[in-house]
This record gives sequence, C-alpha cells and structure tokens, in this order.
Amino acid sequence: MKKDIILAGVGGQGILTIATVLGAAALNRGWNLKQAEVHGMSQRGGDVQSHLRLSDQIIFSDLIPYGKADMILSVEPMEALRHLPYLAPDGWIISNSTPFKNIPDYPDEEQLYAEIKKIPNNVLIDADSIAKAVKAPRSMNIVMLGAAIKYLEFTPEELKEAIKMIFNRKGERIVEENLRALDAGINA
Amino acid sequence: MEKMMLLGDEAVAQGALDAGISGFYGYPGTPSTEIIEYAQQSKQAEEMKVHRVWSSNEKTALEAALGMSFSGKRAMVTMKHVGLNVAADPFMNSACTGAHGGLIIAVADDPSMHSSQNEQDSRFYGKFAMIPVLEPSNQQECYDMAFFGFELSEKYHIPVLLRLTTRLAHSRSGVIRRNSIPQKELKLPEDLYQFLLLPAIARKRYKHLIELQADFLKEAEQSPYNQLTLEAKDYSMGIITTGLAYNYLRENFIDQPIPYPVLKISHYPLPEKAIHQLYDKCDSLLVLEEGMPVAEDILKGLAWTGTKPIYGRLDGTIERDGELNPNKVARALGLPDTEGKPVPAVVRPRPPALCIGCPHSDSFLALNEALKDYGKGHVFSDIGCYTLGFMPPYNAINSCVDMGASITMAKGAADAGLYPSIGVIGDSTFFHSGLTGLMDCVYENANVVIVILDNSTTAMTGGQEYTGYGKIEDVCKGIGVNPDHIRIFKPLKTNWDEMVRIYQEEIAYNGVSVVIPRRECIQTLRKKNKMETPE
Ligand SMILES: Cc1ncc(C[n+]2csc(CCOP(=O)(O)OP(=O)(O)O)c2C)c(N)n1
Ligand code: SF4
Repeated sequence: MKKDIILAGVGGQGILTIATVLGAAALNRGWNLKQAEVHGMSQRGGDVQSHLRLSDQIIFSDLIPYGKADMILSVEPMEALRHLPYLAPDGWIISNSTPFKNIPDYPDEEQLYAEIKKIPNNVLIDADSIAKAVKAPRSMNIVMLGAAIKYLEFTPEELKEAIKMIFNRKGERIVEENLRALDAGINA
Repeated sequence: MEKMMLLGDEAVAQGALDAGISGFYGYPGTPSTEIIEYAQQSKQAEEMKVHRVWSSNEKTALEAALGMSFSGKRAMVTMKHVGLNVAADPFMNSACTGAHGGLIIAVADDPSMHSSQNEQDSRFYGKFAMIPVLEPSNQQECYDMAFFGFELSEKYHIPVLLRLTTRLAHSRSGVIRRNSIPQKELKLPEDLYQFLLLPAIARKRYKHLIELQADFLKEAEQSPYNQLTLEAKDYSMGIITTGLAYNYLRENFIDQPIPYPVLKISHYPLPEKAIHQLYDKCDSLLVLEEGMPVAEDILKGLAWTGTKPIYGRLDGTIERDGELNPNKVARALGLPDTEGKPVPAVVRPRPPALCIGCPHSDSFLALNEALKDYGKGHVFSDIGCYTLGFMPPYNAINSCVDMGASITMAKGAADAGLYPSIGVIGDSTFFHSGLTGLMDCVYENANVVIVILDNSTTAMTGGQEYTGYGKIEDVCKGIGVNPDHIRIFKPLKTNWDEMVRIYQEEIAYNGVSVVIPRRECIQTLRKKNKMETPE
C-alpha cells in the first residue's frame, strides 16, 4: 500500500510538522518514507509545499508524479487549489477554510470554496476556529491532520502515539494541546 | 545498524562524521546549508571536536579545507553551485596540488532555480578540473559516498567532487548507519612541495593529474555506484541515468521490470566500457540527467559519428531547462503522461516577500523617497532577503547578479557618469565579497553611496552567523572611507526624516559614502526571544 500526499500552505504555517507526525506514524508501521521539503527563498511568506510519500514498498522518486497524489492536505484554501495538477482523479482534497491573506489581490473566499467543492472527494473545515475552540490555537495544522487521517487509513491511536513521540521534548502541555487538536480534527 | 530519517544534506554530514571527518568548511547557500547546520547541532561532532564554523565565503572555505587536507585530516567543503564560481580558483588548483587527508567538495546544484540565480551544473567543473565526481541518487548513497569519497580521495591524493541537487538535498528518507571510524592523526604530506604550484612543480603535478585519468576511469568502471543491467526485453532503446534521474525512471515502472537495458551512473568520469556495451546492444540511447546535458554532451561530442540516435535534453526529447520529474521521464519514454485538474484561474501567485516589520523594508522606502527626483534605475543590489526589495511596493532595486556585484557595478556605473549611483548590499554579503569592491571605490574615490544593510545575520538562508559581525564601520574606516561619510541609522518609520536626510546628504557628497541601516532581522530576534522564554 502507498499514500502520496501533497502538503500545502504558506511559509510558517507548519506543514512540515504535519509531515513529521504522519511520517512517524508510518515509520512505526515499518513503512518507508520520502519527504521532499521546501527550504530557502520560497519560505519568506510565499507558497510552500511538501511531497510526502509513504509506502510499505520501496519508494523511488522523491517527487510525486502529476495526477497521482492520493491527497492534497492544505492548511490554506487557495494553496489547496494551487496543487490540483498533482491530484489523482479519485484523490482527496482536504483543506482549511481560513484564508491567509498576505497579497493585495487575494481572491474572494467563496470562489475558492466553490472550486474546492468541485473536487468530488473534498473536506473543507475551519481549522483555525476549531483549534481555538479546543484551546490549542497553535495547532491548526494538527486539526487538519486529524481531519485527514481516516482517508489515509491511519487510526487515531497511531497518530496519538506519533504526536507523543514528536512533541514529548516540548513538554506535557504541548503534547496535550496537540492531542486535543487531533481529536477535534477527527471529529470535525 | 541504526536507521535515521535524514535530508540528503544531513546524510552527507552524518556520513562524513561517521567517516572520521575533522573539519567542515563552507558558506551558506540553498540547497547546501543543512550539511553544516546538521554538523553544528551534532553531539557527535562536538565530542569529536570537528570544525564546523561558517567561513567568509566559499573560496576561503575551500582553501581552509585544503589546509586541513595538507595536514593529513579529512575535510569537507560545502556550498551551493554558484559558490563554486567564487571558489573556482582554489578548486581548479587543488586538482593539481591534489589532496593529502581525504578532501570532499560537496556542491549542491539547484536546477529549476528554486532559490538561485542560475542552474549551472557542477559536473562541468568536475570534468574541467579532471577529478572524480560522485552524484548520489538517494539519501543512503549520500551517506555511503562520504566514506567512499574520502577513501577515493586518499587513495589517489585527489579532491573528490560530491554533486547534490535540490530534490535530494532537501528530501528526507531512511538512512542506515555504519560503524564510525576514528579521525586521522595530524601528518604532513610525504612530499612537502606537493602543494607548491610554482611552474616547475605545477607542470609535473599537471602531468601527474593527466596520468591519473586512467585510474579514475578504471575506478568509475568498477564502481559499485555505476550499474549496467544489460538483460532486458526490448533493445530498441538503452537508457543511461545519472544521479537522481534513476529514481524517476524506476517510478515509471513501479510494478514491473524496466523493459530496456539501463546504465545507472553515479560515479564519474563516465564509465566508457559500460556505455559502449550498452550502445552496441541497442538501437538508440536515452540519456536522463538532473541538470544540464553533461553526459549527453560528452556522448555526442562535436565529432559524433555514431549512426544510432541519442535522445535527451539536447534534441528536445526532454526540456532543456528545469529539473527532471517523473512525468518528464514518462514522456521521454513514450509512456502515457498523467496530470490532475488544471490550477483554477482564481488562484493568484503568492511570491515570497519581506517579512512584515523587516528592517530592509524601511531602508528601501526611505531610499526611494531620497531618490524620487532622480527617476528609476540608480540602485544596484545584491543577493539576500533584500533582493525582495525588487517586489512591490518597493520596486527599489535594478540589479542582482552575484554576491558583491552591487558595489562594483555601482562603481562602474559611476565611472560611466551615472549619478546618483547606489549599491545596496547585505551585511553577510558585504563580508563575503563586498569588501574588495569597496576598496576599489575608495582607491579611486568613486562617487557612490554604498548601503550596507546590517540585520546582524545571514537571513536569506535561515539566519547563520557571519565572520564580520559587529565590524562594519571599523572595517570601512580601516580601508579608508572618510569617517564623516559613514552614516548609521535605525530603520524604523519613526526615524523617517532622519533616514531620508542621511541618504540625501550622502547622495549630494561627491565621493564614497557608506550608509548603514542597523536593526536586527525580526526572524532571528524572534528565535532568540523564544530561546530565552521557554514555553
Ligand atoms: C556565491 C554565493 N554564495 C551563497 C549564496 C546564497 N546566498 C544568497 S543570499 C545569502 C545571504 C545573504 O545575507 P545578507 O547579505 O546578510 O542579507 P540578508 O539575507 O540577511 O538580508 C546567501 C548565503 C549565493 N547566492 N551565492
Ligand atoms: S528573514 Fe529577516 S531579513 Fe529576511 S525578510 Fe524577514 S525580517 Fe527581513
């Protein structure tokens, strides 16, 4: 089995943390992983993406081919759409609905939502509000991860385990926040 | 052994540490920066007392590594591709001096120019210098080639070029470690004149380098990193892959064996025998390479008389520019291409921009104000975060060529009669390559205003330290800039009048002025504050 995921967002929104947690869950299964990251120029408030490939087989390419991604998981609605050429016909688009407006000509949100809903398999949630509601305002990214996992066929337990591993050294409070965010995303 | 999840860059660093390195040298540059950053954070490196402090630029870094090699210890220099242009002089000459302790020159190329001014291919430099080149195809090879590279370097007393590309340098995967080996002892070269390139010696050294070519070829032909698989179903085409390209080929035959014979190359010079075997057996060749058509160019040559076609980037089978990907390879193989839905028209570009509150932002706005009566086209700039001063609302700069060129281009333009002629350079860039240009200005008292943006860090590449920190005005004074025309201000909206006035006064002055807007990068400031106030 393989899962090819395009993670998308704006520099600083925490997509690499999603990759780290999901990656840890895959490694705990004994799976292989490849994760192409964006560093450098594009991080200064520009759009960022990461190709995360998980598989129980050997993985060759660091990049996901166009039209083959099982999922676009985006922490920002316009960024979800930027990577559509990568999405497989039966793939999922899972996006946060809260826009990140740092350009003067940011489009009307409703237009973006309409485009996202044109994809048959779509999930659109307000992860920022959900994160705030469970008092984990900095864990919007983990809410998004929670919303995605059932389509990736990972169990909540696997992800909780991974969150504990990854955030352990940041202290109990951060672990708890992220576990709440994950649950909130799963139930969203 | 232990398995670690590492970026290609990190795998190179971990490999070098386990292979007993004594010193990393380098200057930051995407996508190579994480090699030294990894070593800087490594406990193992600390225990081994490995050198891993940033150098002023790539040239000083390479020379220092050569000195460590002279002393019998293993050293690695790291840089991005254009850094090798800066280090080209010691690089070319180090092929003649050769190495003593193992010396690896790790250069990360950036095809598609994700964060660069060009997409030059460092393998050309390897061929130019006539030294072995290693080009890993995955993270495990990044790790293993550190061991292999040092051994090869010591066996022939020759520097080895390790070529990385963005997608490998910045992609993470599992790496299995080996037992680490101890560092080398301090030991002088047997021939104490090995590194003394006076013509009489240099001629001998060069002849020696030429003699070594046969050995390098033999090594490449027997290399575990070059694999010829002749057995195949279909001989209408033979495929040559270099480095990372092999993965994209395999990606296209994920559930089935590749029908064509394949030569996977990761160790240069090109293994001629294997290429001939492949050529003889097949009706045509397809060459897949990340970057420029280096291997393809060599195969075709100017006097190419072969009758079978060779397909690749030169004949347009694959786009001539840009990085490779699985889809480009699929099209080259004549396989069906895949593509999802197009990007909807409502999606707008989101280019990188100066952070909100960035000191450069105020520096540029005030400069624009001071220049508004002179029209556009007076500002030569350079490479760093401040290059984003090109973007609206600033539209403040007119050039970005290579590190240091702001100052020297401003001088040349002033020589030509352009007034005002302004050079805008970052603090780290100034100490990398700006100093010598400023001396040119001082020597001729050129009518320029040089703005040195002091944000206390090398921000563009993630906030590294730089060698000249805290010394800008002293250095400027020391090289002869009139102290009355070294002006410092704090770039903040509240200081608007002062900033504009200082710029205007220095534009009016006929001679060399240095203006230093000084305020720390808000990103490094934020990081520091975070460290001081634990969550
Ligand atoms: C020869 C060369 N080496 C390295 C780089 C990568 N690089 C581009 S800008 C930069 C640092 C710029 O730092 P600074 O001048 O302090 O400006 P800041 O980004 O802090 O504004 C580096 C390392 C390059 N483009 N060319
Ligand atoms: S990282 Fe620092 S120097 Fe770069 S744009 Fe942001 S604030 Fe400015």
